[in-house]
Amino acid sequence: MKSVYAIADTIVSPLGFSTAANVAALRKNQTGITKVVDTSIHEHPFFGALIEKTALNAARKGIIEGDQYTKLEQMLLLAIAQLNREQAALDIQKCGVIISTTKGNIDTLRGTATEKSYLTSIAHTIQDFFKLPTLPVIISNACISGGLAIAVAKRMMQAGRYEDMIVVGGDLLSEFTLSGFFSFQAVSDAPCKPFCKHRTGISLGEAAAALWLSSRESLVSENTAVRITGEASINDANHISGPSRTGEGLYRSITNALQEAGVTPDQIDYISSHGTATPYNDEMEAIAFNRIGLQNVPVNSLKGYYGHTLGASALLETILAKQCLLNNEVYASLGFEELGVTPPIAILKENKEIPVQRVLKTASGFGGCNVALILEKGLA
Amino acid sequence: MEDHYKITSFCSIRDQTVYKDGEEYYTNTEAATVKDFAKGVYKHLALNYAKFYKMDDLCKLSFLASEVLSQGIEFPEDTALVLANHASSLDTDRKYQESITNREEYYPSPALFVYTLPNIVIGELSIRYQLKSEGVFFVSESFDADFILQYASILLETQKASQVICGWVDLDSHKYDVFLALISKTGNREANAAELNTIYSKL
Repeated sequence: MKSVYAIADTIVSPLGFSTAANVAALRKNQTGITKVVDTSIHEHPFFGALIEKTALNAARKGIIEGDQYTKLEQMLLLAIAQLNREQAALDIQKCGVIISTTKGNIDTLRGTATEKSYLTSIAHTIQDFFKLPTLPVIISNACISGGLAIAVAKRMMQAGRYEDMIVVGGDLLSEFTLSGFFSFQAVSDAPCKPFCKHRTGISLGEAAAALWLSSRESLVSENTAVRITGEASINDANHISGPSRTGEGLYRSITNALQEAGVTPDQIDYISSHGTATPYNDEMEAIAFNRIGLQNVPVNSLKGYYGHTLGASALLETILAKQCLLNNEVYASLGFEELGVTPPIAILKENKEIPVQRVLKTASGFGGCNVALILEKGLA
Repeated sequence: MEDHYKITSFCSIRDQTVYKDGEEYYTNTEAATVKDFAKGVYKHLALNYAKFYKMDDLCKLSFLASEVLSQGIEFPEDTALVLANHASSLDTDRKYQESITNREEYYPSPALFVYTLPNIVIGELSIRYQLKSEGVFFVSESFDADFILQYASILLETQKASQVICGWVDLDSHKYDVFLALISKTGNREANAAELNTIYSKL
């Protein structure tokens, strides 16, 4: 089977407009979550991670001009455009493009009906901007969308459909999704605290990210290569809005991904978990990790830095996992104080420099979906 | 793929009519709403599945198509679900938006919010048939038989699934187009894009 390499990437988030800026912020344990007072999103103040429009406008100046694009489109276009500008070897016209989003321009649903509410409008915007020969494919699969998009891209590349693909993902912090999570009583009244005893729910965030995948080994060297060596996405078949109590779908996703990668649980050096900070999700993940024998592997959730960025989250977190592999460092699970899940897991309480050869990235979402990805450093 | 896999069975729901393997199976032109029509199909199928009543219209139509598809067939646990549509969950999104637009009449409900994701269809079908399997929901302009079948073939050839239920499940302001096909090793129709497109288009 052909190897699929993660070549280059970019992140557009409240913590910065490049992967490097985001890594620098994580090293300082800075969070993008603040107390937001914005009645267009919610009547009362809430904790969330918003991208400031003025900062976004400054970042896109000279790259994405004009007012015809929605905020989400600006974020997505900026992510791809930066990748395109920085990577001379990237020929975007020859790439397959997959877009990952849960709700797209959902903020356009308030008011008069517009084509922008359709997710395909984003695909057209990206196609037109970069003059792509075909319309990008969209994956809308709840909170695992970004990770699933990487898995799907890998599969398509290994089947020989493309040599190069770009996975781009993004979602907004919107009135729509925030009110929905409030209706579930799942929003934290402070910055979210994944896996902590004192966690009370999620913080929402917004972000976009883009990842260039390639099967061309000539683009990488032993020191820069990171491969996607295993992946799986198995449904719980249990409940549409709650995770399985046994973590069955996640357990099977991880098991299948490890098997495909040809590695055992003890060969995993770090887990970048989903860790939304809802009571049920975090408990479920801890159960699944324990069932596999991953309870002693250093694990964190990056939701304390970004909030839950929905369709961007697993993509963003995979990009950062790649940085952990290349830099041999892992970050503290921000917001964590005291273990609040029944089976013990090894939550990272501080940043650490450790050898990182293989990473497990997981995500789970509404509809009982789960995804697991194995990333490994070095050439095949 | 073309040599080994077949289109085992298929079901379409369009214009208040359900078709099974291309033949008219149920019709009710009297039904005023999607909900009423779906209820009629449910009764015709003599089903007893309480979760049906909680579903949004997109899930109901998809569920009913899957019930027709499953007649006389047991889906193995590793039957993958590869679905696509154009309107995502917009039909329910609009209803949910109505519940939050007016701050004086603000009544967001978790029971409705959960259906504002298209992959809930995959969740509902997975629960119904206990499919602990691969699933993905794509959004595109129209049904792309070539793309869907290529992706299904990847899952089959890499042994990530032993069968695939694939199709197009679209609902947009009362207009619906639901089509599901089972791809497995049994059946008379070759599993190729031309054939899949023919059976999708001809009704």
